Amino acid sequence: MICLENITKYFHKGSVNEVLPLNNISLQVAEGDFITVIGSNGAGKSTLLNCIAGSFFPDSGSISINNCDVTAWPEYKRAKFISRVFQDPLLGTCPSATIQQNMALAIRRGLKRGLAPGVKNRDKLIFREQLKHLGLGLEERLLDTVGLLSGGQRQALTMLMATLIKPAVLLLDEHIAALDPKTATQILNLTRDIVREQNLTTLMITHNMKHAIAFGNRLIMLHQGRIILDLKGKDKEKLTVEDLLSEFYKSQGEELANDSLLLG
Amino acid sequence: MTLYAALGAVEQGFVYGIMVIGVYLTFRILDFPDLTVDGSLPLGAAISAVAITNGVNPYVSLVLALAGGFVAGAITAILNTKFKILHLLASILTMIALYSINIRIMSGPNVALLGVNTVFDSVIALGVPSQYAGILIFGLFAVCVVSLIVWFLSTELGQAILATGDNPQMITSLGVNTHTIIILGVGISNALVALSGALVAQNQGAADVGMGIGTIVAGLASVIIGETVFGHRTIGRAFTAALLGSVLYRLAIALALGMEFGSFRFNPSDLNLITAILVICALIAPNIKKRVVSR
Repeated sequence: MICLENITKYFHKGSVNEVLPLNNISLQVAEGDFITVIGSNGAGKSTLLNCIAGSFFPDSGSISINNCDVTAWPEYKRAKFISRVFQDPLLGTCPSATIQQNMALAIRRGLKRGLAPGVKNRDKLIFREQLKHLGLGLEERLLDTVGLLSGGQRQALTMLMATLIKPAVLLLDEHIAALDPKTATQILNLTRDIVREQNLTTLMITHNMKHAIAFGNRLIMLHQGRIILDLKGKDKEKLTVEDLLSEFYKSQGEELANDSLLLG
Repeated sequence: MTLYAALGAVEQGFVYGIMVIGVYLTFRILDFPDLTVDGSLPLGAAISAVAITNGVNPYVSLVLALAGGFVAGAITAILNTKFKILHLLASILTMIALYSINIRIMSGPNVALLGVNTVFDSVIALGVPSQYAGILIFGLFAVCVVSLIVWFLSTELGQAILATGDNPQMITSLGVNTHTIIILGVGISNALVALSGALVAQNQGAADVGMGIGTIVAGLASVIIGETVFGHRTIGRAFTAALLGSVLYRLAIALALGMEFGSFRFNPSDLNLITAILVICALIAPNIKKRVVSR
């Protein structure tokens, strides 16, 4: 369970470039929630996920995960609770290391690293088993360097690595946006299967309204650093793309109205 | 080139090879260009020489040199990670500071090691002819260092070091503090460089504050020669190549110094110029090749 309370974050505070990507955001995420996050560019979606992951510290407010206050924890320490998959498939894996070395790095997420062998024989069985689920034939290529894989294969591997040990929360930052449509669908289905199987608490950013509706049990829409829509359960189930679009334009319209006031 | 000169070059190749292993660790593995080595090589020499002249066992003096080098490297890495100073600048600052520190340690610009026991005496005492003692002991040290580093990089911690150089964002989100890893890595690198300096001093019979000048360039030249000639597909191969690159580099230098063009001869002081030109050629060769091929 994640709890964000009154999170505010400025970038370039006090300068002419000042932006407020997170404006007093509060969010309670229950265990097992699969939340899709939507919003226009600059709405604060990625900033919200980065803030949970600890890429930076908020200017005010607090974050707790599983009743543990992590507000002052740096990113590497929060990795004990958090797994991430980035938009860029190159960010999730080490290109010059082999598949099994990458997975061996991931299986010790949040654990102490000592002088035991990096790749252990008993783990190889687990890796092989997991890779088989992907159906990409990677289980036969444990010794291949990851740099040889395609973007889609790397992203699939990253999904596996993120969930090798169950995270308290899985953060997906537009993790299919850089892939071709077919691969994107595969990775999305893989995501759904893994999340369902392990009952993972998940936040997934997407620009695709259909995906936002079809996936998860809860949807939030961000606009100018605020959560302007938060739908769960039944409300979300009967949601249509038209509803979402009208909400979306309503928020944009307000902006226009404000602008015309200013200009008028 | 005489056999004597060739043996000398191989010996130098092995002893400076330990330094090259350190340079490979920062330059290639951690992607951290580290100029501290110009200061940590004489640091190791100074620590070892002063320790020996004060009656410390020559092998124990090597351990002290390792420790000193580690601290020097760690300081550079801390300046870079914790205080956000650019890695090159941080390492230059440490290097310059070490110049003064080394003179302090030696209470002067150099310390002679005459009539004292060094690691060679223990080998010669075993009945090894003195002209082979250097090759034997340096070769042994170099092979041990390569094996240890290759093993270390295959451990959980070592794999985290590799990943830090490769993809810092990824390894951070897997729970590794990259700052700690960089401090550890640059520390180990400079510990090896200091060990190399300590052995050089015991071999030359003196530690000198100026002996570190050009260390980084020689290290880079060796790394590049090794990679080009022997490849770097696996970690084991890459580090072996770095060591052998060091031997080739010293042989090439010995060859160059032995050449005569009419009345012109190279002086030992031309070494840094030759090395710099060598590194420049190696660095721009891929670019030129690309341009030629694309035409």
